[in-house]
Amino acid sequence: MAGAKDLIFVKGNEAIAMGALDAGCRCFFGYPITPQNDIPEYMSKAIIDAGGEFVQAESEVAAANMLLGAGACGVRAMTSSSSPGMSLKQEAISYMAGSEIPAVIVNMNRGGPGLGDIGPSQGDYFQSTRGGGHGDYRLLVLAPSSAQEAYDMTHKAFDLAFAYRSPVLILGDAIIGQMKEPIRRRELTLAAPDEGAAWRLEGTKADLPAGAPPRAHRIIKSLYLMDGELAGQNKMLQAKYEQWKKLVEFETFEVKDADLVVVAYGSIGRIAKNAVRALRKKGKKVGLFRPKTLYPFPEKALARLAKEGKKFLTIEHNLGQMVEDVRLSVRHHADSDLFCVYPGNMPSPDDFEAPILRALGRK
Amino acid sequence: MTTTQNAANAAEELVFTRPASLADRATHYCPGCHHGIAHRLVAELLDEMDLAGRTVAASSIGCSVFLYNYIKVDTVESPHGRAPAVATGIKRARPECFCFTYQGDGDLASIGMAEIMHAANRGERLSVVFVNNTVYGMTGGQMAPTTLIGQKTTTCPGGRCHDREGSPIRMAEIISQLGGTAFCARASLDSVKNIRQAKKYMRQAFEAQTRGLGFGFVELLSGCPTNWRLSPVAANKRITEEMIPYFPLGVFKELAGDGTCGSTVAPDTAAGTAAGTAAGAAGEGK
Repeated sequence: MAGAKDLIFVKGNEAIAMGALDAGCRCFFGYPITPQNDIPEYMSKAIIDAGGEFVQAESEVAAANMLLGAGACGVRAMTSSSSPGMSLKQEAISYMAGSEIPAVIVNMNRGGPGLGDIGPSQGDYFQSTRGGGHGDYRLLVLAPSSAQEAYDMTHKAFDLAFAYRSPVLILGDAIIGQMKEPIRRRELTLAAPDEGAAWRLEGTKADLPAGAPPRAHRIIKSLYLMDGELAGQNKMLQAKYEQWKKLVEFETFEVKDADLVVVAYGSIGRIAKNAVRALRKKGKKVGLFRPKTLYPFPEKALARLAKEGKKFLTIEHNLGQMVEDVRLSVRHHADSDLFCVYPGNMPSPDDFEAPILRALGRK
Repeated sequence: MTTTQNAANAAEELVFTRPASLADRATHYCPGCHHGIAHRLVAELLDEMDLAGRTVAASSIGCSVFLYNYIKVDTVESPHGRAPAVATGIKRARPECFCFTYQGDGDLASIGMAEIMHAANRGERLSVVFVNNTVYGMTGGQMAPTTLIGQKTTTCPGGRCHDREGSPIRMAEIISQLGGTAFCARASLDSVKNIRQAKKYMRQAFEAQTRGLGFGFVELLSGCPTNWRLSPVAANKRITEEMIPYFPLGVFKELAGDGTCGSTVAPDTAAGTAAGTAAGAAGEGK
C-alpha cells in the first residue's frame, strides 16, 4: 500500500473518495449512475475498512435523505451522483441548507437535459450555483480541474461544511472523474470528537454522567410558521452566505499583461490553459482566469481585471451559464464574449484558439 | 383546613401522570384526534424502556410534523415520506442511539413508499410508528392510499372508486413480507382495550431495535373526526365498524430466531393468521 507521501495513479473519482476518507468521512450513501460509479464502488469497501458505513440507497432521493440524517448527527458524511441524479437529490439538499446540516455532495456533471449522455458537461452550473432546489439558499461550490485538486477540494469540503453548517458541493464532470492522474494523499485527519457538539443530535443524555438530568432536546428543522420567523431564518442564512465571500478561490495564468482574459472552470479551464499557453508562444497577449469556487464567485477579482481595460471571453461546456456571472462581475467596465462547447462534443485546446483570437481582435 | 381534609390529602395517591418525555403543553391537534394518544404511548415507552436520553427521532410531514414540540427527544425534520431514509442515516451514523420515525399514511404509504419498503427490507434497526387515519389530515382531508372504497374525501368527492383510484393499501401486510422486518403489527386506537394492545405491539417494535433483531413496524388505526366530518364518538365507531374489517388487527410478523439473516417467522404469527385476534367485537362481527 502506498504511503501518505507517495504519488499514486488514480481516477478523479477515486481521488474524491480518498479525499473524503482522509478527511474522516465515515458515512457514504450512494446510487449507481455513470460517470461517478467509481466513487460508491471504492467506498463500498474502503469506508467499511475504515470503520464507517456504506449504504447503496434505493434511490438518489433516499441517498440524499440518508445524508441528511447522518449530517444531523454531526457525522462526516457524503453522497455522490451525476446530473440526472442530482435533480432528484435537490429536495434533501434544500432541507439541509434550510436546517443547516453539514454534508458533502459530489456531482460529476454529464450531458443534459433529460437523460442527455454520459460524457462531460458543465450544464449544471446554474443548478449548482443558484441553490438547485426550492427556496433561497446557496451551496459552497468547489470546481476541481485535476485529480489532485479533486482530492484536495473534497478533503477541504468537510471542514467547510462543518465550519458553516452547510452542504458543500464538489462540481466535477466526466473528464475529471474518469481521467487517471498521479495524486499525493495526505495523512488521515479524523473529525474532532467535539465537532458539532453544540447542535448535533445524539440523545439528550449523551456524554452526561449517569443520573444527571437530560439537557433540553434539540430540534433540527426548516419549518418556521410564525409571523416573521422564516424571514429571520432567511436573513441568518443570507448573512452566512455573505461570510463565504472571503472563501473565494481562483487561479490566474499569464493574466498580468494580457489584453484578453479567458474565463473557464474545471476541465474546460484546464483545456483552455493549454490553448492560452499555445497562443502565448505565438506572441498573443492572452491569459486565463479559472474560478475554483463557483459560489462564492470571484467577482471582485474579475472586476479588478475589467477595470484595467482587459477583454473577456468565457468558455464553457454548456450553452452559456457562467458567462452570466462573468458579465455581472465585469459589467461596469467590460463585457464578456462567449464560446460554447456543446455537451456531446469533446473539445481540444486547438478548438479554443480561433475563438480566443476572434475575441482578442474585437474592438 | 379541617382534620378530615388533612386525612383525605394524606391518603391521596397520584395514579396517572404525564410521562417525563411528553411536553407539558397543549397540542395543535383537533378534538378527537388520536395523535395525542399515539404520542403519549411513544413517550410512555421511551420512559419505561429508558430510551429517551439516547433517542434521535425523524419526524415527518403532515399533522405530526410538530412531533418535536410534544416529545422531548432530539429530532430532525424529514422531507415528505423520507423519514425512513433520514432514520437510516441517523442509525448508521449513531448506531448507539435509539431511532424511530412517526409517519402518517400519506407520508408513509404514498410519497414515502420506496423509503419505507427499502428501510424495512434492509432490516435497518429502526422502529416505525405508522398512524393510519385514511386521509391527508394537515392539507384538509384529501384521498390517501389508505382511503376506504366509497369513502368521500375532498379529492374523491364521489367516494373512492376501485376502478379509478385503486384499493386501499394494507401496509402492515406488505411490510411483513420483507426480509429485514423483525416485528410487524397493526393495532387500533378506537378503544381502551385496543390502545393497551397497541402499546404492547409498540413495545415489541421498539424491542426489535434494542435487541438488534431488525426493523420494527406498528400501524395504528386512528380517527380524524375533522376530515371525516364526524363527531369523535362517531369517528371511533367508524374505526371499529369500517376500518378494522378491512385493516385486520394483529401481529403479522415476529422473528422467533436471533434476528440474523434468514431467521424464521414463528408459525403462529405468520402473516394473516393472527389477524383479527385483537379486533374489537364489532369488527369481528361484520
